[in-house]
Amino acid sequence: MREKLTNPEHVRTWPGSIPVEYVYTAGVAGEAYLRAIKERGRLAASACLGCGTKYLPPRLYCERCFEKTGEPRDVEARGTVETFTVAHRDLEGRQLEPPVVYAFVRIDGTAGGLVHRLGEVDPGDVHIGLEVEAVFLPPAQRTGSILDIAHFRPVRHRPAAT
Amino acid sequence: MAKVAVVGAGMTKFVRRAQETGRELSWQAAKMALDSAGLTLKDVDAVVIGSAPDAFDGVHMKGEYLADGSGAWRKPCIRNFVGGATGVFAPIQGWYHIASGQFDTVLVVCEEKMSSCHPHPQGAFITIFDHTTERPLGPNLLWIFALEMNRYMTVHGITKEEIALVAVKNKKNALDHPCAQLGEELTVEDVLNSEVLAWPVNRLDVSPASDGAAAVVMCAEHVAKRVSDKPVWVEGVGWHLDTAYWTNRDLYYPRYVEYAARMAYEMAGIKEPRKEIHIVEPYDPFDYKELHHLEGLLLCERGGAARLTADGVTQRDGDLPVCPSGGLLGVGNPIAAAGLMKVCELFWQLRGEAGKRQVPGTPRRGLAQAWGDLMQVGTVIILGR
Amino acid sequence: MTVKIKEWPGTALSSRDIEEGRVLTVRHKLKAEYAWDAGVAIGRYLRELKNGRLVARRCGGCDRILLPPRMFCEQCFVPTDEWVYVEDTGTVNTFSICYVRWDVARLKEPLLPAVINVDGASPGMGILHLLGEVRPEDVHIGMRVRAVWKSPGEREGAITDIKYWKPVQGG
Repeated sequence: MREKLTNPEHVRTWPGSIPVEYVYTAGVAGEAYLRAIKERGRLAASACLGCGTKYLPPRLYCERCFEKTGEPRDVEARGTVETFTVAHRDLEGRQLEPPVVYAFVRIDGTAGGLVHRLGEVDPGDVHIGLEVEAVFLPPAQRTGSILDIAHFRPVRHRPAAT
Repeated sequence: MAKVAVVGAGMTKFVRRAQETGRELSWQAAKMALDSAGLTLKDVDAVVIGSAPDAFDGVHMKGEYLADGSGAWRKPCIRNFVGGATGVFAPIQGWYHIASGQFDTVLVVCEEKMSSCHPHPQGAFITIFDHTTERPLGPNLLWIFALEMNRYMTVHGITKEEIALVAVKNKKNALDHPCAQLGEELTVEDVLNSEVLAWPVNRLDVSPASDGAAAVVMCAEHVAKRVSDKPVWVEGVGWHLDTAYWTNRDLYYPRYVEYAARMAYEMAGIKEPRKEIHIVEPYDPFDYKELHHLEGLLLCERGGAARLTADGVTQRDGDLPVCPSGGLLGVGNPIAAAGLMKVCELFWQLRGEAGKRQVPGTPRRGLAQAWGDLMQVGTVIILGR
Repeated sequence: MTVKIKEWPGTALSSRDIEEGRVLTVRHKLKAEYAWDAGVAIGRYLRELKNGRLVARRCGGCDRILLPPRMFCEQCFVPTDEWVYVEDTGTVNTFSICYVRWDVARLKEPLLPAVINVDGASPGMGILHLLGEVRPEDVHIGMRVRAVWKSPGEREGAITDIKYWKPVQGG
């Protein structure tokens, strides 16, 4: 059933695309999350009223108990680098100069966290367990997006005030 | 074969655009279904998710994405997809999970969020046409329905007026559905005078794009008898596929629906479907499809469904109520969720809990059917008290 | 149960809720471009279209002449056996008069998509194509049509090398 092709011009492809774009609603819980970022420069978490699991980003329901969670509440935008990678190429394969550090940051006091960029740090100095905090854009520049956080940076431990 | 029951059902409102994400919609429907059965997530052994093309929600691996909202946290879970036929295939899959003896209680959840897709959900459908031999002609999804409807009308000598009666009936029925998107009191003239999209299809011949979710809880006989005083039993299931060379088929008759129906009737021991089925929820994304499918389901002779409709037989208080829910035309068409909505409707109708939509005479047995892909998949489920 | 439920979940939004930013949304455009291989059977089909001919495959199992051509018969599930040229005339099996594009934008002039049963292929072996040089109200199922080809220089080995199918005089 195979036919031998000796002329490569006979290998025909047909080009095309799927011409759609998406507008995703943040959702009920996602709305609270992005509003906390945009309007207050904070992160928000929601806790299950049954088992106490504290979700960040907040969720409408607890995936374990299947109960509705409590109202999302603000939490400090601080956490710990649980794992990270240093990207040297972008999606198109172009060299990134300087390289970009992406980390999964576990947010203090929650069962969750988020993937974001690290900044104000040399890639060589990043390590698992690094304590970091979010740096938010100025309020006027925020749009209600995860990119309202410019990046996370290492927490500078200052000496206690005397 | 082990007996399998439906013991709970739930759904969200069907709307053009929901604020909820797909997983939030799934949870709302799934939670309602569990609550209605008096069960919790701990009682669920496995989860079946049904959702149509990923390209609507714009989320690849949609089964995995929807899993937590569908109650699949650390549970066996499978997502199925057979195009528009998905919503009726999902409970069939739930049935064989349990009939096999592997699981006692299965949560079945269907979701679709078509509003994410811009400029129009139709864009996500373009690649169902063959990329090389059809797509360069500039097709859109309406073509296949228009071509099928014209063939059906011409072969049987059926008019647009007769077909419009289906839209009028279903949108009217939907006025009594609390989740309906397009319940409306219309006339045949309204349908005929609505904008022509792709003749013979006018705007009011078509169901809308929708967001929504639906869910049912299914369980084995010994569990059903413990948790429910009114279990609704799965009496028959059937599914069938025809070739994707759709232009090589005669579109006037849905043979794959007939084969799926025959499979389900044989399992249910049904010899005379017209007498033994008391309530029908055939797939009605377009008004003519209800007629087409009634014929494929052997509930009337070929070309005879229009007469049945004109005579009022398919009205909610008729001899064979068809789409008493309001169907996709009235309740809405979040693809997979719309199919499962029909199964929810049978559950409520057979238990006498359908409120204003309740068909008189306490129906004992109902059939739901869905259809999908390039007009090639038929799925059928028969439920009975 | 439905009779007991008072509040059904699900929050309806209007398009303005989104356009005016009353609820937060994220936009994303997929960057997915494809180059689909025509494959063996359709590869030859396209080359023959460039030559101004329609080609089908014959299955020795069922003796059907299959169009579009395919290298296996889906019914007999065996390889098909030979290439067969078919006519560029046929019969309209069904048609539509379409006023909208895929994104539901209105078209000024309707398109006339049709399934055309091509002469020389087995009965019922239709293909999807367009009708032209005909008023929409004059089209009917059973109408005899003939392919209108692009000039040889314009053809590129595509289904659109046939511009459309027009009524055959007296057909």
